[in-house]
Amino acid sequence: MQTFQDLKKILKQALKDGAQGLAPLKVALVGDTATQFLATALRGTGCLHGFLFDLFEAEYNQVERQFLDPTSELRAFDADFIILFQSTHKLAEHHSLQNAEGQERVADERLAFVEALCQDPAFAAKRIICLNYPEIEDTVFGSYANQVTSSLTWQVRRLNSCLMQLAQQYQNLFLCDLAALQNKFGRDWLYAPNIYMSTEMVLSLDALPYVAARIVDIIAAVRGQLHKCLILDLDNTLWGGVIGDDGIEGIQLGHGLGIGKAFSEFQQWVRKLRQRGIIICVASKNDEATAKEPFLHHPDMILKLEDIAVFQANWETKVDNIRTIQRILNIGFDSMVFLDDNPFERAIVRENIPGITVPELPEDPALYLEYLYSLNLFETASYSDADKDRTQQYQVEAQRVQLAKTFDNEEAFLRSLEMRSTVSGFTKFNTPRVAQLTQRSNQFNLRTVRYTEADIAALAADPDVIDLSFTLEDRFGDNGLIAVVIMKPLNSETLFIDTWLMSCRVLRRGVEHFVLNTLVERAREAGYRRIVGEYLPTPKNKMVEQHYPDLGFIPLPDSATAQYCLEVDGYQEKKNEILKIEN
Amino acid sequence: MERIEIFEKLNEIFVDVLDLDEVELTDATTADDIEEWDSLSHVQLVVAIEKAFGVKFTALEIMKWKNVGELVDSIAQKL
Repeated sequence: MQTFQDLKKILKQALKDGAQGLAPLKVALVGDTATQFLATALRGTGCLHGFLFDLFEAEYNQVERQFLDPTSELRAFDADFIILFQSTHKLAEHHSLQNAEGQERVADERLAFVEALCQDPAFAAKRIICLNYPEIEDTVFGSYANQVTSSLTWQVRRLNSCLMQLAQQYQNLFLCDLAALQNKFGRDWLYAPNIYMSTEMVLSLDALPYVAARIVDIIAAVRGQLHKCLILDLDNTLWGGVIGDDGIEGIQLGHGLGIGKAFSEFQQWVRKLRQRGIIICVASKNDEATAKEPFLHHPDMILKLEDIAVFQANWETKVDNIRTIQRILNIGFDSMVFLDDNPFERAIVRENIPGITVPELPEDPALYLEYLYSLNLFETASYSDADKDRTQQYQVEAQRVQLAKTFDNEEAFLRSLEMRSTVSGFTKFNTPRVAQLTQRSNQFNLRTVRYTEADIAALAADPDVIDLSFTLEDRFGDNGLIAVVIMKPLNSETLFIDTWLMSCRVLRRGVEHFVLNTLVERAREAGYRRIVGEYLPTPKNKMVEQHYPDLGFIPLPDSATAQYCLEVDGYQEKKNEILKIEN
Repeated sequence: MERIEIFEKLNEIFVDVLDLDEVELTDATTADDIEEWDSLSHVQLVVAIEKAFGVKFTALEIMKWKNVGELVDSIAQKL
């Protein structure tokens, strides 16, 4: 982790270089204690993630005014993200001024304030990042505080717990878990009383980079920068010892031999990541059969072969194997994390694969987990049931690749897949997945507009918007919802494609043709004469640069961006092998 | 540690934290003499000095030093 001093230098250097390659983002920071240092740490950390924060910092102790006054600077600033940092310190001060009856209401008052912000139309389309409350154990009641509803301990815990409920309820509210950071590193690390006295600052200089990182992790996740895949080495990473030398009885795993417990608990963690939708892969220098043996036969092995989406065990280099995994999964290297106990392998991978995250695992495997916890590698901005079966989908993809090899031509292969697609508008059932796709799709995404669930619900309710979602099933299984299109009227004759994105899992299956046929049909039904599409380049969506011309759209000569037009009249249905199921 | 050694170490810390080319601190040096030394970087200096010397300053000390000489006195007392 960088020091505060490092972050300051990174920011200074980035500004000196004219902020080249950094995406501007408007962020507001509103706190009830001094926040200048946090502001600097946030801006420095933002640079590390490719953002240049245009940061509005409210005068401290103006939280209420900034949010509630319709003429406030905060409202005028119109930030994309609003960071709300109310301290346990001020809460404790307020608590101390109340009688017992008033103390009972301290948490509820704060909750009502946060809920009012979430409901305020001015902030409906914003992302509010609210830091939760690290506990201050004032020992006024000792442990008995757990039985006294007016105690500070009770109120802070209740507040944190109810904030979680609010965040479930309001799509524009995200919580930054400052309390979890304090649990990890301790109160005396988070807070430096001698510094607080002269500065009103409740975060120590040591804590600032971590707090800023946890906040920027959320911003990055909302903006689609996520880790989706974990690639694991085997020997001395997933189990103790070397399977090729020590054999299945000799490796350390489970409660028997050596420090097997460390590896079992590490595997339990990996399994939970798999369950929540992280793609788990293996890259190991081993014979394949030897490498798979523990997965098949070791009684204490927690991870099974079905948990592994792509299993690369051979004598190629790790770099080559990671590249192979990348080709099969079709995701960016910057969404991958690679764990290996060997510092030499780590260095080679880091040097040769730009963007991949390679943590410096500690030498002692007993320390792996606590170290990995400190990195917060898998922040996300959404979670849905569809995440859970992703591993199987990638394994099925490997089967499709096998089948494709048995056909002479692509058309016959596609026909043999027996593909079916359900076409539907946005509904309350598919809203989470639609929002998630807009947040996560980077490659097959023409304009890369990110939407929250609340945004999607608003689009669904707008009668002028044509909202379409597409699923894809075939004989191997259900890919779920894989494509999203949003069209908005430019005028009475012209529709504009605000969003067209597709999951890269279903590339080269004719889905683009099927989707375009549907678009034209809908446009015609609604009485439009032409459809305009636009390509906005990002560092990641080069694959769709020629998307519209390839589909027969004609470039619009006088537009500042890459815009293309398709006439509805005379449109020839595009050939594809997908059967449509209307919903 | 002699005062002169404390000064040498402080010079290094000031250069690093304030991003200066060089500095020659004396007993009489104050924040007015160094442009980069403001109330914010003061906090960074305090924390960096605490770490470098392995000492902790009291809240009152942090607020009360009138010049570098008094800061060096505080450090010398704790070593």
